[in-house]
Amino acid sequence: MDLKTLTYIVVGLTFALYIGIAFWAKAGSTSEFYVAGKGINPVANGMATAADWMSAASFISMAGLIAFLGYGGSIFLMGWTGGYVLLAMLLAPYLRKSNKFTVPEFIGDRYYSNSARVVAVICLLFASITYVIGQMKGVGVAFSRFLEVPYDVGLLIGMGIVLTYAVLGGMKGITYTQIAQYCVLIFAYTVPAIFISLNLTGNPIPQIGLGSQMADGVYLLDKLDAVVKDLGFAEYTTSKRGGTFNMFVYTLSLMIGTAGLPHVIVRFFTVPKVKDARASAGWALVFIALLYTTAPAVGAMARLNLMNTIQTSEVGSPEGNLSYEERPQWFKNWESTGLLAYEDKNGDGKIQYYNDKSEEFNAKAEGFGWSGNEMTKVDRDIMVLANPEIAKLPNWVIALVVAGGLAAALSTAAGLLLAIASSISHDLLKGVFRPDISERAELTASRISMVGAVLLAGYLGLNPPDFAAGTVAIAFGLAASSIFPALMMGIFSKKVNKEGAIAGMIAGLTITLLYVFQHKGWFFIPGTSFLGDMKPSWFLGIEPNAFGAIGAVINFTVAYVVSGMTQAVPDHIEAMVDDIRSPGTVS
Amino acid sequence: MSNRKEEYWKANVKLLTICLVVWFVVSYLFGIILVDSLNNIRIGGYKLGFWFAQQGSIYVFLLLIYFYAKQMGKIDKEFGAEE
Repeated sequence: MDLKTLTYIVVGLTFALYIGIAFWAKAGSTSEFYVAGKGINPVANGMATAADWMSAASFISMAGLIAFLGYGGSIFLMGWTGGYVLLAMLLAPYLRKSNKFTVPEFIGDRYYSNSARVVAVICLLFASITYVIGQMKGVGVAFSRFLEVPYDVGLLIGMGIVLTYAVLGGMKGITYTQIAQYCVLIFAYTVPAIFISLNLTGNPIPQIGLGSQMADGVYLLDKLDAVVKDLGFAEYTTSKRGGTFNMFVYTLSLMIGTAGLPHVIVRFFTVPKVKDARASAGWALVFIALLYTTAPAVGAMARLNLMNTIQTSEVGSPEGNLSYEERPQWFKNWESTGLLAYEDKNGDGKIQYYNDKSEEFNAKAEGFGWSGNEMTKVDRDIMVLANPEIAKLPNWVIALVVAGGLAAALSTAAGLLLAIASSISHDLLKGVFRPDISERAELTASRISMVGAVLLAGYLGLNPPDFAAGTVAIAFGLAASSIFPALMMGIFSKKVNKEGAIAGMIAGLTITLLYVFQHKGWFFIPGTSFLGDMKPSWFLGIEPNAFGAIGAVINFTVAYVVSGMTQAVPDHIEAMVDDIRSPGTVS
Repeated sequence: MSNRKEEYWKANVKLLTICLVVWFVVSYLFGIILVDSLNNIRIGGYKLGFWFAQQGSIYVFLLLIYFYAKQMGKIDKEFGAEE
């Protein structure tokens, strides 16, 4: 069967499954709609959290980033897993005990202030909407490449699916769909990895294969180091990203940001007990780690396969490079998408792929008769999708990877849309503007906000703002610099009051936004950055994406200083903090 | 706040501080700050610093959450603070 038909069948089957679950798990109350009635088993919740958390970026982009960054890519591996340690110990159990439905609701109650609640809603909306655009784009791209429909049509199909199960089932429907989506995506990710690891090292476990010897007795990582260095690239296992300090701050920002993302936190409101919230964070990390420990193997092996496909034997020998005429089918497929591009600079009809930014290597390359790197474009995002084709795996594996990528994007989009809808219907409408609204009316309002959120996300996905790529920095920066500190201080300190928390959130948020904007342009409009996005102008060499951790430090400091100068926290709030600190009453 | 409550909270903070020290050591210390020195040691084809950054730290994170949840269960019981 040809690839297209097979892909239609596999994707169609998974979609039918998601819709089926939606009808089975229809939400009847606001509690079911927002937090699945607080009745989800911790293992199941862990799996749903993993699907919620792992987006198109984790599934499609991360291994590709690691393939080209080498050791420097570790910041994503540690940063996007280490946050769960913080969640399990600093936030999840206490937030579950507080018995709230949303993150802004907790902030509003703990800081006895609707203003604090509204500030939290604004942070949440900003972070979640920027995040959801990326997911919608991922859905559109996956459809257009593999099902050969226009981007717009692909996006509309994706919107229709999410709309059905998220609006019908709310958190309850989303949770059960996410469990199915996790199974699809992890199967789709690990199967090709196992095949490729087996091919290269004879070991079927990618995590072990990465540290194993190849058929010729050389360790895979040593071979990869040698291959990339021979072509003038930085050594794979040691190349840093912007220096040690930058990597430190970047990793910290991603960890704090992960722990502060509302759509992840709210998942811990859905389990029955405090004990379950702690365990559930652990289960979530188990399911996430399955993909995250496989990703470095996928990245390294894909890079090695790519290099070996093009540089067929010794560097500099006349027959050492692949001739363009003999390029494999996957090369042609990706060329037609424009994500892979070749230019025969020296007119020899062969492909030279090397680092022409290295002056030392350029001198050598001239000696070989090479006149510049001829792989003028190798988009990092194609690595995971092209991997099974590069490794010559059967068509059903490729079809599976497409279904996996779609599952990753849809599950994250649904979680984000719920966070957006509940902050509007529960926090703004019920909490601030119309406190007397009935439960039925609130449920209808949350369904309407959900439809609105899907339409907005779809519109932004169809007309992606130019800044879409840069917005991930904002989402993590906001979560790290505003939401995480406010929540943590709300639990661990009885001194931080309303004034302190609001001032802290605004200070952390502002400084992070200013730093990103001054380097990347005001609201990402090109040409308006007054410092320029380059290394010499970065504060202590910290790149804008990594600034959330600094914003968080400022938030903590401002909150403590302002709290010290203003009125102490009222007694009933102190009692509330005491109450959330233990699962039951200490006796 | 009663003394027992205070003791319970102190026990929790002490436990999570220990866990977070380990969390810091395996990721920031072994995976980033000391990575070059640790890379002189090898396990199989992995340089040790590289292994901590791309594999080891994640496994330790898992163990930490498991350990914390288990110990907190014990502390809850000791103080009669279960749900």
